[in-house]
Amino acid sequence: MRNALKIATALAAGALVLAGCGSSSTPATPGGSENPSETSSAPTSDLKVGLAYDIGGRGDQSFNDAAARGLDKAKDEFGVQAQELEAQNGETDAQKEERLRTLADGGYNPIVAIGFAYSGPVGKVAKEYPDVNFAIVDDAANDLPNLANLVFAENEGSFLVGVIAAEASKSGNVGFIGGVNVPLIQKFQAGFDAGAKAQNSSIKLQDKYLTEPPDFGGFNDPAKGKTTAKGMYDKGTDVVFAAAGGSGSGVFEAAKAAGAWAIGVDSDQYLTAAPAVKDVILTSMIKKVDVAVYDFIKSVVDGSPLTGTTTFDLKNDGVGYSTSNPAVEPYTAKADEFAQKIISGEITVPTTP
Amino acid sequence: MNRRRKIILALAAPALAIVFSLGVTALVLVVTGNSPVEVIDKMIESAARPRVQTLIVNSAITYYFAAVAVAVGFKMNLFNIGVDGQYRLAAMLAAAVGGAVVLPAVLHVLLIVVVAVLVGAAWAGIAGLLKVYRGVSEVISTIMLNAIATFLVAYLLQPGVLAETIPGSNNIQTKPIPPSGQVPGLSLIPGSPATVQVYGMIFVAVLVGVAYWFLLSRTRFGFDLRATGASETAAVASGVSVKRMVLASMLISGAVAGLVGMPQLLGASYTYSLDFPAGLGFTGIAIALLGRNHPVGIAFGALLFGFLDNASTALEISGVSPYIVKITQGVIVLSVVIAYEVVRRIAVAAAQRDVGRQLAAGAGNGGAAEVTA
Repeated sequence: MRNALKIATALAAGALVLAGCGSSSTPATPGGSENPSETSSAPTSDLKVGLAYDIGGRGDQSFNDAAARGLDKAKDEFGVQAQELEAQNGETDAQKEERLRTLADGGYNPIVAIGFAYSGPVGKVAKEYPDVNFAIVDDAANDLPNLANLVFAENEGSFLVGVIAAEASKSGNVGFIGGVNVPLIQKFQAGFDAGAKAQNSSIKLQDKYLTEPPDFGGFNDPAKGKTTAKGMYDKGTDVVFAAAGGSGSGVFEAAKAAGAWAIGVDSDQYLTAAPAVKDVILTSMIKKVDVAVYDFIKSVVDGSPLTGTTTFDLKNDGVGYSTSNPAVEPYTAKADEFAQKIISGEITVPTTP
Repeated sequence: MNRRRKIILALAAPALAIVFSLGVTALVLVVTGNSPVEVIDKMIESAARPRVQTLIVNSAITYYFAAVAVAVGFKMNLFNIGVDGQYRLAAMLAAAVGGAVVLPAVLHVLLIVVVAVLVGAAWAGIAGLLKVYRGVSEVISTIMLNAIATFLVAYLLQPGVLAETIPGSNNIQTKPIPPSGQVPGLSLIPGSPATVQVYGMIFVAVLVGVAYWFLLSRTRFGFDLRATGASETAAVASGVSVKRMVLASMLISGAVAGLVGMPQLLGASYTYSLDFPAGLGFTGIAIALLGRNHPVGIAFGALLFGFLDNASTALEISGVSPYIVKITQGVIVLSVVIAYEVVRRIAVAAAQRDVGRQLAAGAGNGGAAEVTA
């Protein structure tokens, strides 16, 4: 039994590590907590929206949170009810399918799935419930009449912040930190590197990923982000683009300590980051997941649900860069010039590094 | 100690642990403003649905392999934390082989399973060899090998190496296994739709359980294994080669670990992709502890964990945080260990009393004091 106690200690430690990998998210507000019918001024809709998050769920300060913002906006504007469910670590596709089926059985329509991991499950369940409208963010593998694929041209937005990084860099050395080494994040890297090169062909690039799949902890590991960024700054980099979700906050801290620049991701992190580090966030590559989710719900409210693949890119303002930090001002002219070239098709941004 | 008491005590520990953890969970629920009765009601209500029952059984099949893999090591006092890396590497390579070859139906499945078993055994064997020849603790080496497996799989799972991209998707996967290499599901649970079936691998799980029981309790090898686990010096004295036993049990443990990914691979996804379930090896450790390394106990533990895991959606939809399930699972594992220790002490005390009583009976009144001691 002494052995068993040893094992238990190791297990407990393991559980802590795993818990760290998960998230410190606050539990999802269930069942459309605010009752729209109580407040007379609020608009009401009998629509019940089901939202299935990826691991981390609401409160991950990143991708899932962006989707949650879109949902919240739809709740406020249309008075829709919502049920939010989130994926668990180590679950199978079958469990994701069950989540979607539970929502469909519960009368939730439309149903929005967040993240490419839902690709297979959404394809399967959408076929089983042809009367329910589904949407999936970050995936376009299925082609079904009741499914909207909401995808982003992350490479285009990243290209622009790459241009800004190269222009702002005094050392001619810029860095990219990806959360997890998956094709989706490689798209950010491809765009960023191409943008930096387009601005300064002799620029030095450093690319690092925090974790390898199936360890998705790299999206939520500020300490790792900080150490990795510090390594880059020590090697002469003076601008680092953090496409690493919640790990970005560590990168910002390292930037602060090094007196260098960092670039945020997904939302305008100059506005959302801790006040102590916000001034080092030169700009952020914006990926409007919230707009995509909101637009989809709106299309259902309006009675003409989106279907097929909708790409959110520079042309329709689905991706871009933020200008809330005044320090980015000197570099916007160049970035906008490149943006025009991308929109006109003069420049094609690569999707793989 | 008589046989009946032994059985009662053996069952008392897990039962005690589950009751205790239910109590703790109820407390957490009350503190967070939920009604424990309602929550348990919701969980049972969800488990009454055929679709969810199928999912529970399917989760349990996977967990069963993981837990038996860990249990084989435990019997030898070896702590194979590396089941996680072993099954991921095994599933990935087996998926790649399965997608690359063309074979008749049964042979195709057999080849995939054999590849998985061999890869799992080989990966665990590294830790076994390190332990035998260099004295490296298997706890350390298997944790390290988990990390190495992660990087190895990440390297192999690249377009152009062993994987391919899916048009329009951000996922990458090995070439899908054709129908000849797939294991059809079974409609074991009435009322479950045709799209949700029990994994055909359930037969292999039963087979592994029987083989595990037979190996441990009906063979010389199993006796040597348990003897070495119980007392290494005694085993050496009776002529058992400890080195051989360490290596053999690591290889068996790894071979079973190789099967962990098979239900999912052969019965559901037919490919190894970025979102292939990870972390099952750690669940296996908890279930092996809960099931006391016994083939039947593990089956119950696997079903219990399957039930808890699949109840989380039902909980979430009724407004309870699904993390409550994780708390319950964590408390179960901790209290199981404590309960075993408590029960062991009770058993020892009871045995001492027995001896005392016998002595008292033998020595007449002189031994009476010992009875109360």
